[in-house]
Amino acid sequence: MSDDIRAILKEHGRLAVDVAALSDEADLYQAGMTSHASVNVMLALESRFDVEFPDRMLRRGVFESVASIRTALEELAVGR
Amino acid sequence: MKHPLEVGIDLVRLTEIEASLRLFGERFVGRVFTTGETEDCGRHPHLRVARLATRLAAKEATFKVLRPTPRDPLPWSAVEVRLTRGGAPELVLHGNAARLARRRKLTSLALSLSHEGDYATAVVVGLRSSTRGSPS
Repeated sequence: MSDDIRAILKEHGRLAVDVAALSDEADLYQAGMTSHASVNVMLALESRFDVEFPDRMLRRGVFESVASIRTALEELAVGR
Repeated sequence: MKHPLEVGIDLVRLTEIEASLRLFGERFVGRVFTTGETEDCGRHPHLRVARLATRLAAKEATFKVLRPTPRDPLPWSAVEVRLTRGGAPELVLHGNAARLARRRKLTSLALSLSHEGDYATAVVVGLRSSTRGSPS
């Protein structure tokens, strides 16, 4: 799952650094991801993992790191 | 002493909106903009992109005024740009956006939009209610 998340971040996150150089806990916004880019990341994650982020998950903390994204996706998978 | 005004500004590139539309189509529009905003943006291709871009900038500028924490859910549609009868843009806050405004004691928000070439921008000024020790 983390590899897929990183691939999506590489394509859509508009990061200022190579995503491969970031730890799972690294702050993606500090790494250059804008709020608009986070929209594209969210939509790409929804397509890739066949989920929909509910409004309660549309908060900065969900998309701020690879680890937080993975946790959110795992929660959505369990909830199905 | 806290300043009574809060200001937010944002800049959006039209080419990035075009890219989002190309990649995600109406899913992008549906997740970020309300039905009213989509109707206000119309159908003319270039004008629609410019208007969507200014509205996205307005939402981001408003978020900067509202200052949500990483734990505060704040869907993009919770901040809505509507047009007055005279055609001027104004902000309408819904759900958690309205709650955040109350939490920050913001009594009114003023909005201005602009676009030129590949750029769209929005400025939001929030007025906070009187606090103890405000200047005479």
